[in-house]
Amino acid sequence: MAQLDIDFCGIRSPNPFWLASAPPTDKAYNVERAFEAGWGGVVWKTLAEAGPPVVNVNGPRYGALLAVDRSLIGFNNIELITDRELEINLEEIRAVKRRWPDRAVIASIMVPCKEESWKAILPRVEDTGCDGIELNFGCPHGMSERGMGAAVGQVPEYIEMVTAWCKHYSRLPVIVKLTPNVTNIRMPARAAKAGGADAVSLINTINSIMGVDPQTLTMSPAVGDQGTHGGYCGPAVKPIALHMVAEIARDPDTAGLPISGIGGIGSWRDALDFIALGAGSVQVCTAAMVFGFKIVQEMINGLAGYLDSKGFSSVAQLRGRAIGSVTDWQFLDLNRVSKALINQDTCIQCGRCHIACEDTAHQAITAQRDGRRHFEVKEEECVGCNLCVNVCPVPGCITMRELAPGEIDRRTGRRASETRLQWTAHPNNPLRSGA
Amino acid sequence: MSEEHRADIRPGRLAPQAYAARFADHVPPLTEAQALLEANRCLYCYDAPCMQACPTRIDVPSFIRRIAEGNVRGAAESILVSNPLGGLCARDCPTEVLCEQVCVRNIQQGQPVAIGRLQRYAVDGLLSGAHQPVFLRAPATGRRVAVVGAGPAGLACAHALARAGHSVVLFDAKPKAGGLNEYGIAAYKVAGGYAQREVQWLLEIGGIELRCGWRLSSAEQLAALRREYAAVFLGVGLAGTYRLGIPGEALAGVLDAVEFISELRQTPDLATLPVGRRVVVIGGGMTAIDAAVQSKLLGAESSTIVYRRGAEQMPASRKEQDLAQIHGVRILHWLAPVEVLGEGSVRGVRFARQRLEAGRLVPAGEELTVEADMVLKAIGQRLDASVLSECGLAQQGGRIAVDESGRTSVANVWAGGDCVADGDDLTVYAVAHGLRAAHDMDAQLRNGPARADG
Repeated sequence: MAQLDIDFCGIRSPNPFWLASAPPTDKAYNVERAFEAGWGGVVWKTLAEAGPPVVNVNGPRYGALLAVDRSLIGFNNIELITDRELEINLEEIRAVKRRWPDRAVIASIMVPCKEESWKAILPRVEDTGCDGIELNFGCPHGMSERGMGAAVGQVPEYIEMVTAWCKHYSRLPVIVKLTPNVTNIRMPARAAKAGGADAVSLINTINSIMGVDPQTLTMSPAVGDQGTHGGYCGPAVKPIALHMVAEIARDPDTAGLPISGIGGIGSWRDALDFIALGAGSVQVCTAAMVFGFKIVQEMINGLAGYLDSKGFSSVAQLRGRAIGSVTDWQFLDLNRVSKALINQDTCIQCGRCHIACEDTAHQAITAQRDGRRHFEVKEEECVGCNLCVNVCPVPGCITMRELAPGEIDRRTGRRASETRLQWTAHPNNPLRSGA
Repeated sequence: MSEEHRADIRPGRLAPQAYAARFADHVPPLTEAQALLEANRCLYCYDAPCMQACPTRIDVPSFIRRIAEGNVRGAAESILVSNPLGGLCARDCPTEVLCEQVCVRNIQQGQPVAIGRLQRYAVDGLLSGAHQPVFLRAPATGRRVAVVGAGPAGLACAHALARAGHSVVLFDAKPKAGGLNEYGIAAYKVAGGYAQREVQWLLEIGGIELRCGWRLSSAEQLAALRREYAAVFLGVGLAGTYRLGIPGEALAGVLDAVEFISELRQTPDLATLPVGRRVVVIGGGMTAIDAAVQSKLLGAESSTIVYRRGAEQMPASRKEQDLAQIHGVRILHWLAPVEVLGEGSVRGVRFARQRLEAGRLVPAGEELTVEADMVLKAIGQRLDASVLSECGLAQQGGRIAVDESGRTSVANVWAGGDCVADGDDLTVYAVAHGLRAAHDMDAQLRNGPARADG
């Protein structure tokens, strides 16, 4: 049986599933329940500096993008960081860590971008006995208007500066949580590393508006007659998060920097994606908020079963396995040729492949043969784009068949070649090497 | 038995409060949550097989997608533009042999999208609330058209003609419009007075004058209509029934199933409707099923359908046969009636076992008696042909002959529905007939004088 325990930049936990800093980790009551359910760790909801607590709205904090069956696709929030006294939070962190010594307890922190603020809070946090700190440079709403959260995460120089303060004033491992609301995620990650960060975590939430009420023509969610952009998360953001994780994992400047993956993780399958692209731990919020803490048991069981089925004995053996499969477009092999293939035995004749291809792609799928409804790929037209695979309602009915070397591509009349041809060397590229 | 046999036929076999529940919708309406889930199963197929299977070509993927998008009115519009009786067809169409039979979800999931129930959801949604008119009439043409028969064919025809700007007088022999949907099908298929609700909605378009209690019973009447109106549509249905033609048919307790159902449909209090303790229904079509099931619902101790051929040959669909059996109706096959037994009133029916020989039914030798207090004959309806022959209307297979536009052999006279020799005897075919005739009549009325070739 594969072992799920991890050592993430010196922070140990019995499994890689942590609750992200968010409403589910707001106080001891919730965290105790999470640990009872089996979560390997928690990142405590972001602490603020001592003084009058943060104030939240007294109306809708959450909005959702729902499928027709009301399964939740995307989720957004305008809740701020903890609105409880710092001292209460610190006492609870201390007590919880004492009761659950094998679990990872990480304190998320957000204080003003002033050295004395960080200098003041860091020793008090360390004194709780927690395992590490996460710097909240990602929260995109509310606090960012006050120069904190994403406002810091969008300026690499600030990231490096604050990270360095934390490394100076604390012995705890420092995880820098990054905002996706930037144009190139590699820059803030490099800044974190330059500041001495032990790890990065990403993604925080994405700026978002969920919609407009068709009756009142007010944006939603709204507090009374106005709303504001919130942070978007949930299943819909996973592809964006995976891209950013992979970018940091394959950037020579940050390769090897531990990554805690966050963004749309609701199952072991999602966790697998993040771990294979370089994450050493994963953080979950939305799935817990939809299904409750018990959901971690399905994630643990599924991941362990997968590792066993692949012969991996630990999470570490899976970590990063897919990083090498991510590259730039210019390095893709333009000599590889694929054609769609429709399995007539499992085709249900809905015709979605045909109309998608006919109206919006390459007119490469028939609608009839001998006057009868029949959907078949015309290889002489098919560019192998994969659209039909994606719109087919039957799993596995349409597959992509790669032409064997030497086989003639009926669209171009050229033979598929084993020789690799990248854009960098393509004859049509005026900037090709040697041109 | 020396004394005259006393059949046990009486009303009130059930507790008074039991009737309403028993005759409620046998397929309950979808809730909003159910409709949204079900609508999401539709794949929005290209050149959708369901649409091709519908005699009125309702754009099924379109209306289902609109339900999924929360646009119930738009869904209803999409249905009604192809089939103004879409609410009724949603209830009484044998969808299992039409649109739902060819749904691709059958192949993938073993269960079609519930197209009929979704269609009802959409149309009911429109009709239940205050609604803006779906159809506006074209400017008046000044042409007057007579539509004879206010069943599905006549209603569809009248509605389409009114929509095109013509003035329509809609005649019917019965006190109410609706035809078989008001008088002829099981109550639980059109619960809640739906048939009349739909008639009211159809008439809302304006330009249709309904004249009930007018029966076409002479050639002179049709001649007068042809003189007074620019065009005539006949949707007179099948008013006659077949006789068993065996001894004992006149005994008390032997009824036409259509009469039994008609009385049931018009009875304000079902507790007053007499039903036999043991009911035998002879026949194998929808009417036989409707009569047998409703007998059982009225409290008959036993209800038995006896059909001269096998289950596969029954005109009633498999689903209808299942429905009967779920309600405790027994179905006997390969038995033809030989004699209705009894003195004064019926006490049973003697049947002869049948077998096929060179494609023909022949007695197999064995005989069987089924006891009965009430016998309902459901062996088919037929055209009341004598008047129509006098009118000079050519016939084919016992029905009015029409061309592909619904024209009869008589100039300016169109026909459709069960009275013509075309398609199955279903509401949806009748609607399709009414619409195609209206389309052709409209073209003729607009484009010139009546045909002279007759």
